[in-house]
Amino acid sequence: MSSPFPASEASGGPAPTVSAGRAFAEGLSRALPIILGYVTVGFAFGVLAVKNDIPPGLAVLMAVSMFSGSGQFVFAGLWGAGAGALSIIAAVSIVNLRYLLMSAAWAPWMASLPRGIRFLLGLGLTDENFAVHITALQQGWRLRLTTLFTCNCATHLGWISGCAVGAFCGGLVSDVRPLGLDYAITAMFLALVVPQCVSRLHVLVAVFTASLSIALKAAGISQWNVALATVLGASLGVALLYKKYGWKRPPEGVSHV
Amino acid sequence: MSDTTLLLCFLGSTLVTILPKVVPVTFLKGDSLPAVLRHWLGFVPVAVMAALVGPDVLFYEGQFNVGLSNLFLVVALPSLLVAWKFGNYFLTIAFGIGLVVLARWSGLY
Repeated sequence: MSSPFPASEASGGPAPTVSAGRAFAEGLSRALPIILGYVTVGFAFGVLAVKNDIPPGLAVLMAVSMFSGSGQFVFAGLWGAGAGALSIIAAVSIVNLRYLLMSAAWAPWMASLPRGIRFLLGLGLTDENFAVHITALQQGWRLRLTTLFTCNCATHLGWISGCAVGAFCGGLVSDVRPLGLDYAITAMFLALVVPQCVSRLHVLVAVFTASLSIALKAAGISQWNVALATVLGASLGVALLYKKYGWKRPPEGVSHV
Repeated sequence: MSDTTLLLCFLGSTLVTILPKVVPVTFLKGDSLPAVLRHWLGFVPVAVMAALVGPDVLFYEGQFNVGLSNLFLVVALPSLLVAWKFGNYFLTIAFGIGLVVLARWSGLY
């Protein structure tokens, strides 16, 4: 059974003992498909960055400090096109709006952790890390910091390595397409979005949001599309939920929190 | 353009990337949010994943493409079926990547 609200400490009972080794292994297995995608996309970023007059060292620093595929690509693309500093920073902020939503969606699940830990986990937030962790939590996984940090660090290292290889030796690796790795991230999101659809309402929200995001992108709104579609999709979900339950408070656990 | 401009872009972009990642999870009181907001945040995962994957599937090589020449779309449909039928995360990923590899090796795409 997936997806209650976050269990409170009182109702959850004591956490089952999981060895540090198993928690570490779980983090790595969670990270593995993400790393496949990150190394590939990171490589593509490194190549593009150098082609767009960003020094290879700075391209790698961006992978370290930003850890954001879409943000880094927007940066490199606009820099190569000769855009000014303000428009680059503004464009990066817009593609990053979705992180606000994801970070907020993590908050109820991580409320019991100290603030410093939540800050460090936030640094590791990417589309993919957000998705795998929140899915595990919704499915009743008991939060283990070892697993979270192992996954976040492993994917970050994969991302940095991919960017570094692309930036410093982009010529060495030829086409990754025969290995199908350009599809890895898409494959992962398909595998994650299906178990999200725990009710007909969730299916409706998924179809609506995906269509809206596609339509916005097709209309040329390619930096706003994810955040805007998500805000409207989640609002549609809540509106229908409250309509169904007649503006009384819907029962806890009806939507994933 | 100048190195100073590039450095400025780098610092600014880093700041506007890290802030939205850390500020909500660090400062929101996640256990005492109003019910409407908690329900709303509860729909964020399904919505954001759909918003990310939709364009990934329907834009192939940078072009909007709903035809059979869009390999990712052709692969995504049976992948969704596998995900729904077996509910196995790694199987769905391996199935999808495997199909992409097969399609390219066979020369169809």
